[in-house]
Amino acid sequence: MTAPEPAGQTAGSGPLLTASGLSVTFNVGSAFGARIRKENFVLRAVDGIDLEIERGEALAVVGESGSGKSTLARALTGITPVAAGEMIFDGRKLAARRRGRDRRRIQMVFQDPYSSLNPRLTVGSMLSELLRVHKVVPRSEVESFSRELLNLVGLSEEALPAYPRQFSGGQRQRVAIARALALRPDLLIADEPVSALDVSVQATILNLLRDLRAELGLTLMLISHNLAVVRHLCNRVAVMYLGRIVELAPTEELFSNPQHPYTQALLAAIPTLEPGSWDEEPAITGDPPSPLNIPSGCRFRTRCPLAEQICHDQDPELRAGAASAGHRAACHFAFSAAGAAAPAGGAGQD
Amino acid sequence: MSITAGAGDQFAPTGGALVEMSPRPADRGVQARRATWYKNPALMAGLIITGIVLIAAIIAPLITFYNPITQNLTDALQGPSAAHWLGTDQFGRDTWTRLVYGARLDLRIAFIAVLFPFTLGVVLGSIAGYFGGWADTIIMRVVDVVVAFPFYVLLIALVFVLGPGARSIYISITLVGWVSYARIVRGEILVAKRQEYVLAAQSAGLSNTRIMGRHLLPNVISQAIIYGMSDIVQDILAIVTLGYLGLGIPPPAAEWGSMINGGQNFLSTHWELTTFPGLAVILVGLGLSLIGDGLADILRPGQ
Amino acid sequence: MTAAFSPGGAPAGPMLQVRDLHVQIATGRGTVRAVDGVSFEVPRGEALGLVGESGSGKSMTLRSILGVLPPTASVTSGQIILDGRDLVPLKQTDLNRIRGPKIAMIFQEPMSALNPVMRVGAQIAEGPMLHQGLSRAKAAERALDLMRRVGIPHPERRMRSYPHEFSGGMRQRVMIAIALACEPEVILCDEPTTALDVTIQDQILRLLARLCRESGVSLVFVTHDLPVVAQICQQVAVMYGGRLAEYGPVRDVLHDPRHPYTLGLVRSAPDFDNVREALIPIPGAPPSLITPPDGCRFHPRCKFAEEDCQVVEPPMKPLPGGRATACLHYERTIESLEAERAGQLDPVDLQVAAEQPDEAAPAAGSAP
Repeated sequence: MTAPEPAGQTAGSGPLLTASGLSVTFNVGSAFGARIRKENFVLRAVDGIDLEIERGEALAVVGESGSGKSTLARALTGITPVAAGEMIFDGRKLAARRRGRDRRRIQMVFQDPYSSLNPRLTVGSMLSELLRVHKVVPRSEVESFSRELLNLVGLSEEALPAYPRQFSGGQRQRVAIARALALRPDLLIADEPVSALDVSVQATILNLLRDLRAELGLTLMLISHNLAVVRHLCNRVAVMYLGRIVELAPTEELFSNPQHPYTQALLAAIPTLEPGSWDEEPAITGDPPSPLNIPSGCRFRTRCPLAEQICHDQDPELRAGAASAGHRAACHFAFSAAGAAAPAGGAGQD
Repeated sequence: MSITAGAGDQFAPTGGALVEMSPRPADRGVQARRATWYKNPALMAGLIITGIVLIAAIIAPLITFYNPITQNLTDALQGPSAAHWLGTDQFGRDTWTRLVYGARLDLRIAFIAVLFPFTLGVVLGSIAGYFGGWADTIIMRVVDVVVAFPFYVLLIALVFVLGPGARSIYISITLVGWVSYARIVRGEILVAKRQEYVLAAQSAGLSNTRIMGRHLLPNVISQAIIYGMSDIVQDILAIVTLGYLGLGIPPPAAEWGSMINGGQNFLSTHWELTTFPGLAVILVGLGLSLIGDGLADILRPGQ
Repeated sequence: MTAAFSPGGAPAGPMLQVRDLHVQIATGRGTVRAVDGVSFEVPRGEALGLVGESGSGKSMTLRSILGVLPPTASVTSGQIILDGRDLVPLKQTDLNRIRGPKIAMIFQEPMSALNPVMRVGAQIAEGPMLHQGLSRAKAAERALDLMRRVGIPHPERRMRSYPHEFSGGMRQRVMIAIALACEPEVILCDEPTTALDVTIQDQILRLLARLCRESGVSLVFVTHDLPVVAQICQQVAVMYGGRLAEYGPVRDVLHDPRHPYTLGLVRSAPDFDNVREALIPIPGAPPSLITPPDGCRFHPRCKFAEEDCQVVEPPMKPLPGGRATACLHYERTIESLEAERAGQLDPVDLQVAAEQPDEAAPAAGSAP
């Protein structure tokens, strides 16, 4: 079987996608109303992100609600307009409004399998429409290519004339993955692909993503709030908080040696099959600030046990530690004795 | 015995023929709906009533025996008899014949007349809902202006300006009637465009036209169709009213409105001249409304 | 392992007992047997987890305890005994008197469970005023106190706020305050943290544990998330297809299951502390509850299934250590576990994990 390979045999070296200073903003309500409420009118969902995605890797972007991870995914895919910053894909700058070939190279799988497929289109029509509009294969090969795509995700060709409603959640997600792969992308962004599925079905989709990476050499960016999934599937993790990346490191390095207090709190909060003592305080108290009112200086300082004056004055940069170039954290106390003394996560310390 | 991979999953490539999936309520929804359409009493009653009238209109020459237009003054104002089932009018024309041919005229005009505002309204509503911004603002303000006028006032004014005849009826009804469809479709699209499959289509680089036409519209059109059913009734009433006021299809054409008008002078003596066309209007209105109700039941989203 | 809750006082008998509960839902397509013979007990001051996936019947079980089933659903047989009193035959008026003072419930989506046009303080105070006859002033005092206990900052000010002015985590705290307002003896929790971020979930779970420890309340905690159950409950009941699959102390059931479904659940979920080579999904799909499979509900998806599994409806067989299983051949589950610990994965499992057609030979999923 000729597996559909990613398009545009990439130039081979350097990161696949580089984003610099990426910002995405939304206007909330009316300017007037915002002034009355003394809130910002502009919601900075993504607030200056620098990110590289290497070819063939699986990068996870984790964060909680309000972190901006979904917005980042949509901005990279080209669905949401970018307010500032630029993206360079395979050496070429991505234009603000993408055309043709650029569109195809980054594709997305969405979270909700029940609304991400058009209920009125059969699987076959869905796929053939994409194949034809983008001329991915010659017209005569559209149907056979569709069948290959389905096989790739583990569905038989009997799925072609079927409507989404005839499928279970897990199967729908597979259709969604097949659809994303139809355009032969180089980068697949999966936004919480298994959150809406039953636990036992999640495994099939995760296994599928892992196998697709191996078979197709696909680069994967996984958005998830579930760190167990991330640990299973990805080799590098970026942790986001209120629109910024606060820590970026290879997976095992991040989980065994987190440098940013937010990451440490996140890890400590994960429930495990081996419970800690219930007398401890929760990993982190209070609610995250509203993205409309991002704190000055370090945006995490309002909930950070280490906060000092410098955190109020200066916004820390995402910088690497002396020992590990691949591990970066945006904290004034990262990679120092003070950072190591912070309460370590209870989970993941094997 | 052990179950190997994919056995329960009938779409798995290792499986054989498509096995009937254990029915999930959500899956069976539409099949169940399609299967029970003929069990819906409103829909069936509506279809029967409207069907009878439609068939009568179509086979008009077979069930009538006179010319609907030719005057025959010697036979004027006869009551119902074996020769003239419903009697004759003041010009000697057989009422039954005029009734059936009136059905032809009124129904034809109404069914065609509903299509233009439907199309115009759906297109403008889609544009307003999908693109938002200035397009939305402009279109919706025009809608507000049109809606501010009572339907008949505007209709009559337009027909008056354009002169009597079928063509001016079509134009006037279109210009006045599109607004409801626009509102309905705009509302549906505002909701539907947030669905993730629209985002998926956008991320796949499909053009806006294609997304609107192929992806969004089929999912939102059912509400417009249901409204269209009641709109046909409204159009029939409008046409009949125009005819009654002398602004519709000009005489001597057999048309229910002008028949009602013509017969009203003879209400005390030959009440059938006015009453039967009126009853015909009611009957058709009833039939179409029932169809609309039945469709609304069936096409209602969800269970 | 320290018990998360200290047992309550001396009174005899468990706080809540469910015996052979059957709940059916009438639909256009037939009768759905949502709960088909479920029995369990919750001792005073302890927490029981009800674990299952969608369609397992866990939510219906919970709602039938409180008596808030949808209009098309009804309890067709069985007993629900709260503190010695059977709730099933009670009429709504009698049930209303029990709800609040005796049982309360916390829902998954706080935004839809809270009244959007009523101030939060009023919602918390409503219960005590209605059920316990507290005066408005006293009820307001209690509401204030509760808001403090659940950790809502500036409670005096926030009492007059509306639900939409709170964040998700805070709304959940408000719901807990409402649930605690009439000092119930049992709190039913229907996936209360599923919609919350993990750090907020951590806060809420600890809060629940602390509150229950302080007041000796029993909990029934419904979730699909195995680690969450491990954190907060002592006992767990695993449900599948409207029936119980397995029952026992949490740690034992999750680490050492005695039912192939539990085993499948544990193996298919990625565990943060234990990254396995391959996740092994459970093949197939949940059963239809209108025409469920004969015999054991799980047999079509079970790799240990034998002939009798297709015919005989397995009873709950008691096992040592306060456990029970509804599997006729549970020893095969034990064998599978031992093999896994010895480092040999079942080749059938690997085929399931690989799940690719023959032609596309997968790179992953090879035996360790």
